[in-house]
This record gives sequence, structure tokens and C-alpha cells, in this order.
Amino acid sequence: MFKIEAYLRPSALEGVQKALGEIGIVGMSVTEIRGFGRQRGHREVYRGAEYRIDFVPKIKVEVVVKDADKDGAINAIVESSKSGKVGDGKVFSSPVQDAVRIRTGETGEGAL
Amino acid sequence: MEAFQAMPLAYPKFMIDNLWILISAALVFIMHLGFATLETGLTRQKNTVNILFKNLFIISIGIVSYALTGFNTMYPGDFNGYLAIKGWIGFDGDVANLTNQYADYTYWSDFIFQAMFAATAATIVSGAVAERVKLSGFMLYATLLVAFMYPIAGSWKWGGGWLDQMGFYDFAGSSLVHAFGGFAALGAVLVLGPRMGKYVDGHIRPILGHSMPLATIGVFLLWLGWYGFNGGSVLSADPTLVSLVFVTTTLAAAGGCLAAIITSYIYLKKPDITMGLNGILAGLVGITAGADTVTWSSAMLIGLIAGAIVVFAIVIIDRIKIDDPVGAISVHGICGIWGTLAVGLFSTNPEHTFSTQLLGTLCYASFAFVISLILASLAKVTFGFRVDEDEEYEGLDLSEHGQPAYADFQHINN
Repeated sequence: MFKIEAYLRPSALEGVQKALGEIGIVGMSVTEIRGFGRQRGHREVYRGAEYRIDFVPKIKVEVVVKDADKDGAINAIVESSKSGKVGDGKVFSSPVQDAVRIRTGETGEGAL
Repeated sequence: MEAFQAMPLAYPKFMIDNLWILISAALVFIMHLGFATLETGLTRQKNTVNILFKNLFIISIGIVSYALTGFNTMYPGDFNGYLAIKGWIGFDGDVANLTNQYADYTYWSDFIFQAMFAATAATIVSGAVAERVKLSGFMLYATLLVAFMYPIAGSWKWGGGWLDQMGFYDFAGSSLVHAFGGFAALGAVLVLGPRMGKYVDGHIRPILGHSMPLATIGVFLLWLGWYGFNGGSVLSADPTLVSLVFVTTTLAAAGGCLAAIITSYIYLKKPDITMGLNGILAGLVGITAGADTVTWSSAMLIGLIAGAIVVFAIVIIDRIKIDDPVGAISVHGICGIWGTLAVGLFSTNPEHTFSTQLLGTLCYASFAFVISLILASLAKVTFGFRVDEDEEYEGLDLSEHGQPAYADFQHINN
């Protein structure tokens, strides 16, 4: 099992959800986050005083997938969220040791 | 009831006039909700309970103190023109005061309409000192301001005092309420100092308000309430004057908004909604002194100029490191002076002169400023006027009230 964490533009969410659904990935978690990468922040003005926003709104999508689904899921996220501009985000994957479905007690990939 | 039989035709007029004053009192009351939501919206959520608390305290102490002493101090009848504290409890039992022998309205209507005004001056200060003022010190400050200082200053004009005798004109309070409140705010802010993190290493770091919807609701409520503030100040339901006042008030508010939007767009390169909101209030404050004595086109011009003034005033006051989270000094103080002077420039009554208007408004502004410095210093040496740094960082909701405004996931255990 792998956990895939994708740091994305908020506008990418709908496309990513659809793309993951099309390859049969069920279940995902989304968090509203703020952050910056190479894109850095941008400048704004409030009541006449200029300030820099370093941490811009992003979303973090987390899915845990079977070993066999890892490459397909990453590919689906990358393809559906790519705009080609700075700030598209990043995808990370890491191995997951175990999983338990609370309702039934199933473990491992059967719990996904 | 015998009193009415002598003048039967006057009775329906008296009823309508009196009803309009009472409706106006209720409209002015709604302005306090407007102030509460505007101040909440333009500050951070960690200070929300504290701001709401100050607002409900001020309206309550304002009305109680006005009943105990304020009304008599402000409308003393014959007096030396400067200071009169006629007595404590303001009410007398003369039945004629509840008929049209008193005025176009009853004594009770007179009291409740003026009482709603009284708390406004202290409410203006509440916004400027938000996010760092100590609750107990502010309660002392606000009580003394609204119970004694506002009525004393008010008596100089509306009580028939020395400024009234000089021909000074302030229809509904550009100076008596707004410049007074705005410059009291300036004095309080100078004693208090800026919020932590506002001015760092010579740079201005804006502290963003947390709810633009609440701020907008507040300004629209204030605009609504202003129909009572200005419309009721006709002190009758005179069709000609009340309708004129509605039109001048509305045109000034709209003009103020447009001018602030345009000024913000050109000068700050941004259509800042908080500036548009302040522009509406600037126009309303600006027209308040002359709403019944200028033409519709002058009213629009007064509002437009006020809306432009307020944007520059907010930016300049911020640049000289006077931290006013909601812009109260600019909106009420600076535009209150502008509105009073505008009577001298645009009034259709030739007896209103610029020099008298200037003298009057400077008297109100400087009196409020000096008194506020004294009262805030008094609060500072007694209860303390500012919370400590840890409390300010944590937010006044938790440090002063132990009560978050938005409890979210907080789990409640016994």
C-alpha cells in the first residue's frame, strides 16, 4: 500500500476527484492548507498598506492505494491537475505499513 | 387630556410627529447593531466576543446614565451656557410634558430619541481601540465619557448654550456626535498605542479584518439607522423637511461610496471594499450637520468630497503610526469636521457662516480630544487601559472573557 499526498491548486480538486474515480480509486481526503513552493507568495494591499502573502491557499489530497494502483493514481492526479504554470504543486508517495477498516476489522489491502 | 381639547386640529399632527420621533429612536438603536457588526468584521476573530461585549455595555450604560444625569445636563434650559448639571434623575412628573404643550412630541419621546444618540459617541471610540484595550479600563472610560462629557459638550449647541447663541449650526451631530466621538477615539488611541505587530521595523503590517460580510451588514444597518438619526432630527414629521433630509442623506451616502471606490481604485490601485464601506459612512457623517439646510446637489457634492477625504485620511493616519482598526478617527473625526464646515459653504441659510462653523467644530474636536486623553490616562492608572502582550496575542475573547466567539471543535467536558 502507498499513501499519495498531493499539494494542489484549489481549482484542481474537481478534476482530480473525477480522474481518480475513473480509474477506480474510492475514497479520498481533502484538507484546505496554505503554503508556498517555488511559486513564492504575492503582494496585496489592505486599506492602503501593502503586504506580502507568503502562504497562498492550496489543497492537500490524500489517498491510500493498493501497490498495483500507485502509478496509475499518481499519473491520474498529475494529468488532471497540470496547467503548465508555476504553482501547480507536487505529489508525494510513501509506503504504508497496514490499514484497518474499523467497522469490520479487515486489515491490509482488503481494508481499502 | 384637557390640554388637547383646546386645539383639536393639532392633535393628529402631534400624534404623527410623536410617532415619527419614536420610530426614529428605534432606527438609531439599530445603528448600535451596525457598529457592533462593522467593528467585528474589520478586526480579527480572536477579539470578536470582546468587541460585541463592549458594544452591548455601551448602549446599556449610555441609556442608563442618560436617564440618571445626561438628559438634564444636555438640555438644562436656562443656564450659563457652558456647564449645567441640573440634577440627577432626569424625569419630572409634569403631565403637561406628555402632551403637545411640551413640543411636537412628548417628554418621553424627547428623552428616548436623545438617549439613543448619547451612546453613539462612546461606540465610535470602541472601534478605534479594538483588539488591545483592557475591558475594565474601557468600561470606566466609556462611562465617564457618555455620562458627563458628551452631555456637557452637547449642551453648548443643542441645549441652547454659548455655541448656539453664536449661530453655530449642527443639525444632527457631525460635530456634537461624530467629531466628538472621532477625536475622543484619537485621544484614546494615543494613550493606548498601536496593536502588536502593526508597525514593525518602520513598516506598516496590515492586520486584516476577519469578516467582510459582517462589516458590510454593519454599514448597511448604519445607513438604515441614519434615516432616524437625520430624519428624526427634524424633531417633527414635517413633510417638506423630512423628505428633503431623506434625499440629502441618501445622496451623500451614495456619493461618499462612489468617491471612496474611485479614490481607492486610482490612489491605491485597488477596489478595496473596506474603503467603499468607510466611504458610505463618510458621506453620512458629512451630511449630518447640514441635512436639512443644503440642496440635493450640494448634498451629493458633500458626500463625494467626504468619500475622497476618508480614503486619504485613513492612509495618512496609518502612515503616522496611529493604529485605528476600523477607521473611526477618519470617518467620524475628520469627516465630522468636514460636514460641519460644509454647512458654512453650502447652506441655503445665509446666517450660517464658515467662521462660526470652524470655531464650533474645532471646539468639539479639541474638547473631546483633551478630555479623552485625561479619561484614558485615568483608566490607565486605575484599572489599566491595555492588556499585556500575552493576552493580546492570545486574543481578548479568551484572555478577558474566557469565551471564544466561534467554538468549532472545542470539546466540552465536565
